[in-house]
Amino acid sequence: MMKATESFVPTAEKGRVVTIAERESAILPAEKIRSVDLRASFGATEVLKGITLPILERQVTAIIGPSGCGKSTFVRCLNRMHETAHRATVAGRVLLDGRDIYRAGIDPVAIRRRVGMVFQKPNPFPTMSIAENVLAGLSLTGERIPHRMELVEKALRQAALWDEVKDILPRSGASLSGGQQQRLCIARALALDPEVLLMDEPCSALDPIATARIEELIHELGDHVTIVIVTHNMQQAGRVADHTAFLYMGELVEYGPTDRVFTRPAEQRTEDYITGRFG
Amino acid sequence: MNSRKNSVDRIALPGRRKITDLVVRTLCLVATLLALVPLLSLLQFVIVRGAGGLSWDLLTQLPRPVGEPGGGMANAIVGTLVLVGLASCVGIPLGITTGIYLAEYGHTRTARVVRFSADVLSGVPSIIVGMFVYGLMVVTMKRFSAVAGGVALAILMLPTVARSTEELLKLVPTSLREAALALGVPRWRATLRVVLRTAAPGIATGVMLAVARAAGETAPLLFTALNSRFWPTSLDRPIASLPVQIFTYAISPYEEWHRQAWAAALVLVALVLILNVAARFFVRHRTDAR
Repeated sequence: MMKATESFVPTAEKGRVVTIAERESAILPAEKIRSVDLRASFGATEVLKGITLPILERQVTAIIGPSGCGKSTFVRCLNRMHETAHRATVAGRVLLDGRDIYRAGIDPVAIRRRVGMVFQKPNPFPTMSIAENVLAGLSLTGERIPHRMELVEKALRQAALWDEVKDILPRSGASLSGGQQQRLCIARALALDPEVLLMDEPCSALDPIATARIEELIHELGDHVTIVIVTHNMQQAGRVADHTAFLYMGELVEYGPTDRVFTRPAEQRTEDYITGRFG
Repeated sequence: MNSRKNSVDRIALPGRRKITDLVVRTLCLVATLLALVPLLSLLQFVIVRGAGGLSWDLLTQLPRPVGEPGGGMANAIVGTLVLVGLASCVGIPLGITTGIYLAEYGHTRTARVVRFSADVLSGVPSIIVGMFVYGLMVVTMKRFSAVAGGVALAILMLPTVARSTEELLKLVPTSLREAALALGVPRWRATLRVVLRTAAPGIATGVMLAVARAAGETAPLLFTALNSRFWPTSLDRPIASLPVQIFTYAISPYEEWHRQAWAAALVLVALVLILNVAARFFVRHRTDAR
């Protein structure tokens, strides 16, 4: 566990005094989110056993680990989605821009507005058209949408889906292919202009071509949005993530820059997992 | 395509399995036909016996006194529509909101009590419901009334609507609910605009079943709405209804009334069918249009 805390500073910077000027010139990205001793349970079963982990701003952070290690639960705690499940509880803190999202008086709805989410299985609303799906976040909350078509086009372009659907916008969202549906869900999340985008195994239901498109998209989005992606595909983490955290049995084993974690893991368990000895 | 698939089956399946398959398939077919026999013969019976008595007068005229030929039961048709309308106004909203509560907060102790009560209520014989409303409303208001009949029918509809709404809401995948919540949609809006919306066609079917059942109920109306020979004028007066009219005419000794009772039975069946088809069409239309 100590290892993980030490490598919070990317290794290139280790042993060097980081000046304030350097920080301000954004050599070190600011922390967008930090979970502090985060614990999450379903009933009496503790799934996360005290995770302290930073998520750097406008970077892609991958969460890897074997099935059941708590990766999904971890990201669901970052936008207060975990507590929507039956008998699910959370303890500890999650700092978003330094402010705890679990402190009293915070509206989870407002947090979910700022921290968007894309799920494992594409889940467009079947009763809505493609355009309505994109605007769903706004229309479902009863907000007035001034420039509907502009917003639809912008979000779909961001999600690299515009060219494929621009002529069929009134069609049902469920009529698209799986990969297109997933990009529609990404567009739906982006239409709310979130500060952070959580992706819970967004490619696990998709074929390699659709996966490649989503990964490309993550690359592009990573410059504007803070992204946390859960994956059990280590090659994928290697391809898209700037930083990687390895979770095992509800604990954070290791965190660091992706290339360092993959080439010189500090922990034996990380190495075993990456080389395929378990998990 | 089909024949090719069959020929592949024939080659691939060994004899014993082929025979088993044939036997089971035949059994299923026979069972299905048997189940359809009562329904079809009932329809045939009602049509054959009722078609003769069907006339324009029956649909537009008031009943005439015994001995006078002609007359109709227009007041009973209107009365049934009024009673079913009243029952729907009370029973459907109450039932659907109860169903939402059971689906959304189903783990609480209160919900378990409510669910159990609904199940018990759906098993209560309809004549008991009629007696209950008699004691509750007829005795206190000191008269039989359309309102009392509507309430009795609403009570009968309530458990069906509530439980079918609950079951259909539970069928909506959690992923859709989560999709809405993750977009920062408050829970009540997610429930109404996404979950209820997705389940709407199924709920409409459940509601129609309840309405159809209410439209055909006789026993609870005997104690509440009673009957009337005139046009309905006020909701706090007795009101005629097709089932009660059928009952009254069928047990009478008059040939003419028997003919009218059969015709009324046909009208009632047709009415329920029209309501059903209309509701389905309406729901499908609305769901597609969106």
